[in-house]
Amino acid sequence: MAEFIVKRLLQALLVLAVMTVLVFFGVNVIGNPVYIFASSECDQPCLDAIIKDLGLDRPIWEQYWVFIGNMFQGDLGNSFTHGVPAMSLIWQRLPATLELALCALVIALIVGLPLGVAAGLRPTHWTSRVIMGFSMLAFSVPVFWIGLIMIIVFSVTLGWMPAIGRGDTVEVFGADLSLFTLDGLHHLAMPAFTLSLIMMAMVIRLTRAGMREVLFSDYIKFARANGIRERRILSLHVMRNILIPIVTVLGMEFGGVIAFAVVVESIFSWPGVGKMLIDAIAVLDRPLIVAYLIFVVIMFVLLNLITDILYSLLDPRVRLGGNSG
Amino acid sequence: MNYRMSWFLAAGLAMAQPAIALAQEVLTIGVRSEAASMDPHWTQLSGDTQVQEHIFERLVGLSSTSQPIPGLAVSWAPINETTWEFKLREGVKWHDGEDFTADDVIFTYDRLRAGVSGAPASPAFQLEKGGKQWEKIDDYTVHITTDGPYPTMAEDLAMLPIIAEHAAAGVEPSVDFNTGQAAIGTGPYMFEEYSPGSQITVKKFPDYWGGEPHWDQVVFRPVGQDSARLAALLNGDVDMIDYPPTIDIPQLVEDPNFTVSTIPADRLIYIIPGNKHIEPFITDAAGNPMVPNPLRDWRVRKALSLSINREAIRDRIMGGAALPAKNIVPPGFFGYVEGLDADPYDPEQAQALLAEAGYADGFNITLHGPNDRYINDARILEAVAQMWSRVGITTEVDAMPRNVFFSRLIRGDELSMPGFDVPEFSIALTGWGTVAGEATYTVSGTLETYNAATGGGNGNFGRYSNTEVDARSVLAKRTIDNDARRAILEEAITIGMLDYAYIPIHFQVNQWGMKSTLVHEPRTNERTRAMDVRRVE
Repeated sequence: MAEFIVKRLLQALLVLAVMTVLVFFGVNVIGNPVYIFASSECDQPCLDAIIKDLGLDRPIWEQYWVFIGNMFQGDLGNSFTHGVPAMSLIWQRLPATLELALCALVIALIVGLPLGVAAGLRPTHWTSRVIMGFSMLAFSVPVFWIGLIMIIVFSVTLGWMPAIGRGDTVEVFGADLSLFTLDGLHHLAMPAFTLSLIMMAMVIRLTRAGMREVLFSDYIKFARANGIRERRILSLHVMRNILIPIVTVLGMEFGGVIAFAVVVESIFSWPGVGKMLIDAIAVLDRPLIVAYLIFVVIMFVLLNLITDILYSLLDPRVRLGGNSG
Repeated sequence: MNYRMSWFLAAGLAMAQPAIALAQEVLTIGVRSEAASMDPHWTQLSGDTQVQEHIFERLVGLSSTSQPIPGLAVSWAPINETTWEFKLREGVKWHDGEDFTADDVIFTYDRLRAGVSGAPASPAFQLEKGGKQWEKIDDYTVHITTDGPYPTMAEDLAMLPIIAEHAAAGVEPSVDFNTGQAAIGTGPYMFEEYSPGSQITVKKFPDYWGGEPHWDQVVFRPVGQDSARLAALLNGDVDMIDYPPTIDIPQLVEDPNFTVSTIPADRLIYIIPGNKHIEPFITDAAGNPMVPNPLRDWRVRKALSLSINREAIRDRIMGGAALPAKNIVPPGFFGYVEGLDADPYDPEQAQALLAEAGYADGFNITLHGPNDRYINDARILEAVAQMWSRVGITTEVDAMPRNVFFSRLIRGDELSMPGFDVPEFSIALTGWGTVAGEATYTVSGTLETYNAATGGGNGNFGRYSNTEVDARSVLAKRTIDNDARRAILEEAITIGMLDYAYIPIHFQVNQWGMKSTLVHEPRTNERTRAMDVRRVE
């Protein structure tokens, strides 16, 4: 087991190293941030002074070594735009994204599971066709369009929902969360629902497919033959078996939702990390872009590592020898 | 106090709270760009300065048409060829109750000259212009000397927010301002809260020297998405927004619940033709670069200008919100030339001029420009390309995000290709804001021959060069007498623009949308400020 974890850790480090190179050099070949900020009156000596002050006059590989050196001390640099440590900005805004993603996940499950079960139980009934049609739409209609339509309908025309921003927050374990105030939930509803749509569609489809498969399996037939109530069969035997793939897929999807809730956050002016990333790209705030991408890489690497370890605990074949099993 | 009594008190306070909140006059503004820092010397972005202007003031203020007015200085005058005397306002208090004196001015300028470490765009260059030196004469008098006669002193100092020595000495730039610790100013509003991505709030400073401010609290909420910002106004999340989408302006105007305020901006949108002997993006029918570059012929540049239908761009792309131009500063600005009107749309004459210059068969160009910087910039590029193609100049558009565009416009491919540190584009659309309300630096920046040593032609990315213009621009920079300088500037502008140094399209028009219960005095310099907004009586 220990050997397995060490191996995976080394792999993770390698991924991280490759990613720092890609991200750092990738970001550094686009434009020059100084020209975006500089006033039109700032002449060449003035520009040169700023470039020097920001360390952009040094060769790019030298900048990279400085960056790597600082990274190992936990310092991912200061944001050009804000002048504060990039990581502090990320930590400050991460709770907003986390709660948005979490709510989206919950909505996807609460709505998606029952719909999927209904569609799986009576696949030819018209309700099932409606449900599957809905999931198809949720998959294929662009998220930003849905978001804008929701704003127009629920905020502007009906006036029920706030169009922008996050509601009142309360501090929970040092993070500001809006999940526990009425105003917060009111603001959260539309962006979370919009963000949940794709996950919801996935849950519906996975549940339905799982239902179709499991309902005809021998152990369900056997359970029925034993005279167990249909309700108990569904909630205990069927559910338990179809949940495994759903949880696996959603777990993977969740990381992506956190990392790239960009679109929803921009539409609803949600003060999360996704919107921060977009703003940073627009003005080439290199340290902030790099810090965020590195942060996402670390998050994914850790999530994968945890999944791998869990799998290896559950399924000995994984740790015994890769693909040979 | 016993336990029960404190409970009663707490309950009483809790009940009193909403009553106070109701009586508060709060103005919520939805802004397109968020302020990135509360340090007024950190950037020069208008999203930052417009919020900072509530907190910090300058020696010289700017009127709604960007003309200098007394700020923290009550008066200023040259006392000899190279010295300006500024008399400071007495009785001004900092937000923490300390007195404002000349020491704060000296401290501020010293901080800027020493350099604000890490600042991506400190306004310190304003102090380098003319080689300014400063000296405190007494608590309310400051002398500023320059290397030679220097006319635009007030305009320069109008760009430099004064910070408090007792609050800002030794603090960490940006960081300590964002927490509010060093964000102590003399302005009408005090720093209250800065929450990145979510909102910035300032509250009334009751002891403001200019009288009690109108609003108890002002909230700035960043809403980058145009349509979301409009939706926030329509459903009442915010009271006012900047940059309402041009396409939705008629809807706002017709709705009795909302109103729109409008003023021509100081921002000129124009096209810069390249003047190098050979330009890579100007090619003949076979695709080879042309020698010499036809844009060096003023008749060709004039033809390009005549073939642009500025009215069509204004009406069909800008929703009517544009001021077709040939002038380089908007009406009301120092240096605006009366009678220098936008070129008419005249494709026949354009074709005749092209034929006369020997390009009857036209040629091919690639027109570069940003697609996320100016109002409807990408659509303007497309329209111009079609108009030019119609007179025989086959035009291809290459629009790109501003983070790529400006680096290439100013310095070409310097990062990826050493040595390519000259403007890259052969012809490009860009914008220029005359922030100071005065044409001296606009003439020097865009019309003068490029000279890295003097800073002349700093924004002259087409490398236009005309000795007639240069002589006048240099003279204007040394002429203190306002009438004489205005005459010189008007000459320089007229010569340059009749020679088609570049091709102006229009001045942008600034617009704000707000509830009809509000009245707003718009500003040419695009700033959105609570000081300009009142409730309708």
